[in-house]
Amino acid sequence: MTLPIIELDGVSKRFVKKLDVAERFARRLGANVEEHTVYAVDSVDMAIKPGEVVGLVGESGCGKSTLGRCVAGVHQPSDGTIRYLGKDVTTLRGKEALESRLKVQMIFQDPMSSLNPRLKVAEIISEAPLYHGLIDRSEVDEYVAQTMQRVGLDPSYHQRYPHQFSGGQRQRIGIARALAVQPDFIVCDEAVAALDVSIQAQVLNLFMDLREDLGLTYLFISHDLGVVEHLSDRVMIMYLGRIVETAPTDDLFRAPNHPYTQALLAEAPRLETDRRVYAPIKGEIPSPLNPPKGCHFHPRCPHAMDRCRIEVPALKEIAPGRVSACHLNDG
Amino acid sequence: MSLLSIENLKTHFFTKAGVVKSVDGVSFELDRGEILGIVGESGSGKSVTGFSIMGLVDPPGRIVEGSIRFDGQELVGMKEPIMRDLRGRRIAMIFQDPMMTLNPVLRVDTQMIEALRAHGPWSDEDARQRCRDVLGQVGIPSPEERLKSYPHQFSGGMRQRVAIAIALLHQPDLIVADEPTTALDVTIQAQILFEIQKLVAENNTAMVWVTHDLAVVAGLADRVAVMYAGRIVEMGTTDQVVNRPMHPYTSGLIGSSPSRNERGSRLTQIRGMAPLPMDLPKGCAFHPRCDNVSKACAIAPEATTPEPDHLVRCHHPLIAGLDRGTAA
Repeated sequence: MTLPIIELDGVSKRFVKKLDVAERFARRLGANVEEHTVYAVDSVDMAIKPGEVVGLVGESGCGKSTLGRCVAGVHQPSDGTIRYLGKDVTTLRGKEALESRLKVQMIFQDPMSSLNPRLKVAEIISEAPLYHGLIDRSEVDEYVAQTMQRVGLDPSYHQRYPHQFSGGQRQRIGIARALAVQPDFIVCDEAVAALDVSIQAQVLNLFMDLREDLGLTYLFISHDLGVVEHLSDRVMIMYLGRIVETAPTDDLFRAPNHPYTQALLAEAPRLETDRRVYAPIKGEIPSPLNPPKGCHFHPRCPHAMDRCRIEVPALKEIAPGRVSACHLNDG
Repeated sequence: MSLLSIENLKTHFFTKAGVVKSVDGVSFELDRGEILGIVGESGSGKSVTGFSIMGLVDPPGRIVEGSIRFDGQELVGMKEPIMRDLRGRRIAMIFQDPMMTLNPVLRVDTQMIEALRAHGPWSDEDARQRCRDVLGQVGIPSPEERLKSYPHQFSGGMRQRVAIAIALLHQPDLIVADEPTTALDVTIQAQILFEIQKLVAENNTAMVWVTHDLAVVAGLADRVAVMYAGRIVEMGTTDQVVNRPMHPYTSGLIGSSPSRNERGSRLTQIRGMAPLPMDLPKGCAFHPRCDNVSKACAIAPEATTPEPDHLVRCHHPLIAGLDRGTAA
């Protein structure tokens, strides 16, 4: 059994909105005012093996980006541990801690807000490897050219600024920046969502090529089931901070188990011309500020029972390599 | 006679840097109860086509040529007061971002009643009743209470429903929808598509649905027009365009959709990127990205109809319709 490259154990992330002056005053006077807490991520376990591509799917506000940021070390989880190659990242010190952070990189949805507009492409790409001493100042030009070529950018553009590129090219700059520190693991947060269809295909192909050439592992976060199905080995479905189902891609798309997964699959637009009769699931995504008790999905679920309103369903193995959190599986 | 008939529409923008031919010779017809999907990537002119129908092209943009006939009336060059009367009453628009249509500082009822009274006298009671009815039609629960809310108190999907409700207030004959579900989640998008399907069938409304997502249109529209660099390069029934595309661009678009490729395989991709509207290639605008390019492509191709109702603008249409995409 190979050691997982990234392992999450009961990771939660809470955001607390502090009380303002008036609310603190009201509380002193005995008013029932409490701090708002959002459980963006609610005790998530996962293990990603080297070379694997895991798709993380969910709708807005489900916490998929927050989870990705916890994995990439942008956020510190409120609870739980994250292990990189078996070692708890919070206990690592010095060189090891740095290494674990450098080896996990992130690519963001909007390159315009994640690239410094006042730096030239060469500076964007070379800044981090120079700082961390991965390359020498004398090697910069060659290293930048190499990295740009790797992501399909013309190296002669290295003196340009991000705004001089098109959206697809900018996303390639973001990818080049992540690759520049020679990571093993990349968190892609909606990395192709803002791109036009023809450009999206080019970037997805690039991801697949890089995986093959560099042996990368991806956590691929997306709301687009088509993209995730194409790229991933395994898919995790998230709803209001919790993972509700995990399965190998083929199994999940052939026979989704959780009612939410079923609904997502049924309603995703497909390139088929049979006149679709949309039969949507009812209701809205509840606010994560005030999630429903029990199973978070029960107010929208067509199979909801009394038990679902009280008891949180646990993630249980329903087949080898497949887990799902639904009371229906208890028969 | 068709409800809407557009002929050789040209909308250009006269900027300091040069003339941008956003829409450059678009023609199509639309009947009552029909949904036409206009598909294209950013900068293809699909939204400007929609805005031109609404008479909402602002300077430096201007319709320089062509005609838009709506129910027998010519809209191009129509006097603004007459256009104003049509707009909202007989032709309505739904935008991508509902916050563009909704005023954030007014309650929903204020805005809806204002829109009603813009086109004639309504008593308070009748107006409120009409607002409740349309909110109910678009699937907003407890419309009476929701009328008293402000736009920020709605979720994104609900806000878009309110925007659709406002578009429906006067039972328009034509609705122009510009990417109305793009910003929404999958389950919410499905709800909106469901309501739209129902409403169009009930009211016999004609609809122009502008989107970048061929998959959304595939399940919704009767006919599809694919735009590239300001022109319709292919148009036909949804079945024809999606299942038997003739233009290499359409075929490439469909080929680059992950669901049309075997899992894990390389996606067929269209090489290069869309040309800048300021600086379009001569002849067929797609030729620098096309694999079937020949000398003939230096001259802009005329529209042909190799099969009935299926228009294509290409010197080398994929008649077999089997060739999927242009592997680069």
